[in-house]
Amino acid sequence: MGARVEPVSRLTKPLGIAALIVVAVLVLAPVGALLLRAEAGGVSAAVWPAIRFTLLQASLSALISVALAVPLAKALARRAFFGRGLMISLLGAPFLLPSIVAVLGLLAIWGRSGGVSDILALVGLGPLDIYGLNGVLLAHVFFNLPLATRMLLQGWQAVPSEHFRLAAQLDLAPRARFALFDIPVLRGAAPSALLVIFMLCMSSFAVVLALGGGPKASTIELAIYQALRFEFDLASAAQLAMVQLVFGLAAAALAFHFGKAAQFGGGLGAPFQNWDKRKGPKLLDGAVLVLAALFVALPLLAILAKGLVGLAALPSGLWGAFVVSFGVAMASTLLALGLSLALAQLIETSKRGGAIELFALLLLATSPFVIGTGLFIIINPFASPFALALPITALINAALALPIMLRILRPALSRVQQDYGRLAAGLGLSGWARFRLLTFPQIRPELGFATGLAAALSMGDLGVITLFAPPDVETLPLLMYRLMGSYQMEAAAGVALVLVASSFGLFYLFDKGGRGAGV
Amino acid sequence: MKNFLFAAAFCLPFGSVAAETLTVYTYDSFVSDWGPGPQIKTAFEAECDCTLEFVSAGDGAAMLARLRLEGERTEADVVLGLDNSLMEQARDLGIFAPLAATPEGLALPVAWEDDTFVPYDWGYLAFVYDNTRLTEVPDSFEALAASDLSIVIQDPRSSTPGLGLALWVKAAYGDDAAGIWQRLSDNVVTVTKGWSEAYGMFLEGEADMVLSYTTSPAYHLIAEDDASKSAVQFSEGHYLQVEVAAKLVSSEHGALADGFLAFITTDAFQNVIPETNWMYPATGAAVPEGFGSMITPAPVGGALTISDADRKAAVEEWVHALSQ
Amino acid sequence: MLVFENIEVVQGSFRLAADMHIKPDQTTAILGPSGGGKSTLLTAVAGFVEHSGDIRWDGQSLKGVAPAERPISMLFQEHNLFPHLSVSQNVGLGVRADLKLSPADKAKVEAALSRVGLAGKGAAMPRALSGGQRQRVALARALLRQKPIWLLDEPFAALGPGLRLEMLELVEDMRAEQAATLLLVTHAPEDAKQIAAEVVFVVAGQAHAPEQIAAFFDQPSEALRAYLGK
Repeated sequence: MGARVEPVSRLTKPLGIAALIVVAVLVLAPVGALLLRAEAGGVSAAVWPAIRFTLLQASLSALISVALAVPLAKALARRAFFGRGLMISLLGAPFLLPSIVAVLGLLAIWGRSGGVSDILALVGLGPLDIYGLNGVLLAHVFFNLPLATRMLLQGWQAVPSEHFRLAAQLDLAPRARFALFDIPVLRGAAPSALLVIFMLCMSSFAVVLALGGGPKASTIELAIYQALRFEFDLASAAQLAMVQLVFGLAAAALAFHFGKAAQFGGGLGAPFQNWDKRKGPKLLDGAVLVLAALFVALPLLAILAKGLVGLAALPSGLWGAFVVSFGVAMASTLLALGLSLALAQLIETSKRGGAIELFALLLLATSPFVIGTGLFIIINPFASPFALALPITALINAALALPIMLRILRPALSRVQQDYGRLAAGLGLSGWARFRLLTFPQIRPELGFATGLAAALSMGDLGVITLFAPPDVETLPLLMYRLMGSYQMEAAAGVALVLVASSFGLFYLFDKGGRGAGV
Repeated sequence: MKNFLFAAAFCLPFGSVAAETLTVYTYDSFVSDWGPGPQIKTAFEAECDCTLEFVSAGDGAAMLARLRLEGERTEADVVLGLDNSLMEQARDLGIFAPLAATPEGLALPVAWEDDTFVPYDWGYLAFVYDNTRLTEVPDSFEALAASDLSIVIQDPRSSTPGLGLALWVKAAYGDDAAGIWQRLSDNVVTVTKGWSEAYGMFLEGEADMVLSYTTSPAYHLIAEDDASKSAVQFSEGHYLQVEVAAKLVSSEHGALADGFLAFITTDAFQNVIPETNWMYPATGAAVPEGFGSMITPAPVGGALTISDADRKAAVEEWVHALSQ
Repeated sequence: MLVFENIEVVQGSFRLAADMHIKPDQTTAILGPSGGGKSTLLTAVAGFVEHSGDIRWDGQSLKGVAPAERPISMLFQEHNLFPHLSVSQNVGLGVRADLKLSPADKAKVEAALSRVGLAGKGAAMPRALSGGQRQRVALARALLRQKPIWLLDEPFAALGPGLRLEMLELVEDMRAEQAATLLLVTHAPEDAKQIAAEVVFVVAGQAHAPEQIAAFFDQPSEALRAYLGK
């Protein structure tokens, strides 16, 4: 006998289970399809170095990103300054850059002939050589430090401002504040951020290759790509996909074990005000903010500069590609939103919520190539995969965004349930009215952030469409790659800028809409 | 009168439906606005009374994988964009039909005889550099390895030119290939997933040279009026890439497909190639003036095609040597 | 009549037992030391904890009845209001849970706010109100819900003595208007004396059957003496 949990609507269960079935199909069916179609083959011992390197770079990328995100998120949480809102929004930008654009942007700053090397040359130092593990980590931190920061920031913002007032009143020492606020916030948010970043980096491969300096920096994802593309070794691809799933499962189990939702109780939603007037922490926060802004903004500016030149050479197919990309992004965002809300509510009310969430998170550990190829095999006997290319792309993009959305939305939904569950249940607030009057206004910031990420991710995604690319259908990333493949580097940079600007615009609209005028 | 109207109402739409559609799988850059695709489509449709539909499917290797996935249900009539490194693997699949007619007027740097694949263009791999920044260039892999020049190359596991490079070194050095790669490893800045990444990084100044084609400088010269790019000629000879097309056994438009394969070796097709695909025409078709200043190396020795097993071995050797 | 029949709540090592009848249309105070199980008793009635035995209202078992379906309005110590909804929206939830209010409904909300002394405050957000005003908003909502049982879990504990007595009288007046049955959890004997007719003493996981208020304080049991510190 324990606390009773009321399902928030009669539809919670059926909708949740429907979403769970979609997840199960996407996680299991492609691997199954590959195994069934496989003729001969399988992984060889040659894949061990790739597995080792994958784990090494993904773990380090996650640890460094989150470690650096702690001071940054803290500074953002407790300082008010001009441009804070813009900076928080800009933190969404690196995450949604297509990998090749990000690599070229990073190299413009950190490369052998990049800005930093130029400055070093002035004082007689040789060019920077970032290729190798360093380069891989640099890129992954560039992508994910902002994401980690946003995830941690959500944690700090869930601390009611009344608590900070109390701390100011009691004149708590930094150490006491750390124990009271920071530790619970980090225990709540950091494992999630570590997990998401670990899984994202696990399946990264174009970036790893480009900056890794050679085949020593190979990942499991590359081995999957090779198996599917060159060797047509479906068995090996399926086995490698299962290796990724196992690592994903292990990482998720670890994160669940160490993670503990912070419980600060509800506040009255008063706007945050910083009561700490000490100089030292203020200077430190300032330094952290400036460094982080430079780290994130400089490569973005390089991309902007190159893109502006390319705007003059924009190709005629741009508008069509934009419309297709935008349509796919919207469809996949709606799908991801529906799936993640349905699943999150089910997780919230089910006794096996933990297991369900763990399972859904595995989507992050699945290779898009495996999902794409698997679905291709499944669909091909019944219909032309080309005809379904856009719906499938939207579905796969939604699937890849789902776990990230879930990790962002779930704690927010828990908080609502914890703070207002009984009140709502007592008043008979349920179903759509509960969502409209309670859930939506309470989780709006998280919802905006998560939806913005999903939309931007889908907009900038290339991965899957290449497997299905039908005639005459071009997305912005595809157009960009095709231009690059035809020596049209300038036009490609222009398209990249349009792509990044529209992804970021989408992200900004949702994110800003979520945060409203405040925050 | 009634009957006539009735017939006319049916015939008009029917007439336009009756035109066959030929589906050709090819690689991405072939169908882009700057690639050969659009012009070739116009030229072929002008004489075939049909619709030519290009379907882009990644690159050559991805295309083969896709055909294998699709099996019997494939809509492809013709595949255009495989090359000599993939030909044997493709032939072994048994999905390609023998040619109806021997292609005419071929002028490749090597003798060509094949009953299945029609070559449509060719080019040599080469390292490309910026002649305003580099004055002394190596004349062989040995010299490159001994220099402190930096290069960016493509991964043979994910890229066609990357695979060509591995096969090039293997053909030139045989059992010593691994040794060359080990000596080259300090010259290799990085290895990219595909040609675009590598070439983009080279243009950004990340490396002194990039693996590309002898014809790459022609692009800069003709399209951008920029003579700053040159290719290096190696004394070992260069890897010859011959791009080919073939008809699928399963094609329901066999005659039309044969017609397209024959069209490939006509001037209407060949004249488009140099300035869109930046490769040499497979026949003696004229090339633009800018091509005249390109280096004209000899092909590296050894067989033009390679078996599946030898290809895998060469890639594994490459991975192993560069991972040391 | 509210009947607790062999109620037992088990939460970890904590147990609460109750077997008693609560008279309708009057206020019953639930008194006892912290951690004795006072609040647990209310949450059992409200349907937020699982328990063995049965709770019946007017002969009807509440077993399996969802919290919103029970004949109950409950006021918690805090978090009775949704901070993102205005005062009148918070009250309006007592009329229609989906807040689709007709003009007549809105008039009712305004009247309820006047009744609790908050006329004209409808547009304010909860954070702009004082603690006492916030609980008045919750009371206005309870008024509109017109449920026969009111459960109050120390809603005025944070208020000063004067304000607290004022609120208690307001509650008692409103209860009497609706002839509701009120269970008031409190740890302050003077609260009980102010408005309760009977007292349920809850200590060490046992809810004792209600006693008349006068008798309860005039002839204190040993446990009560210990609690009162006399």
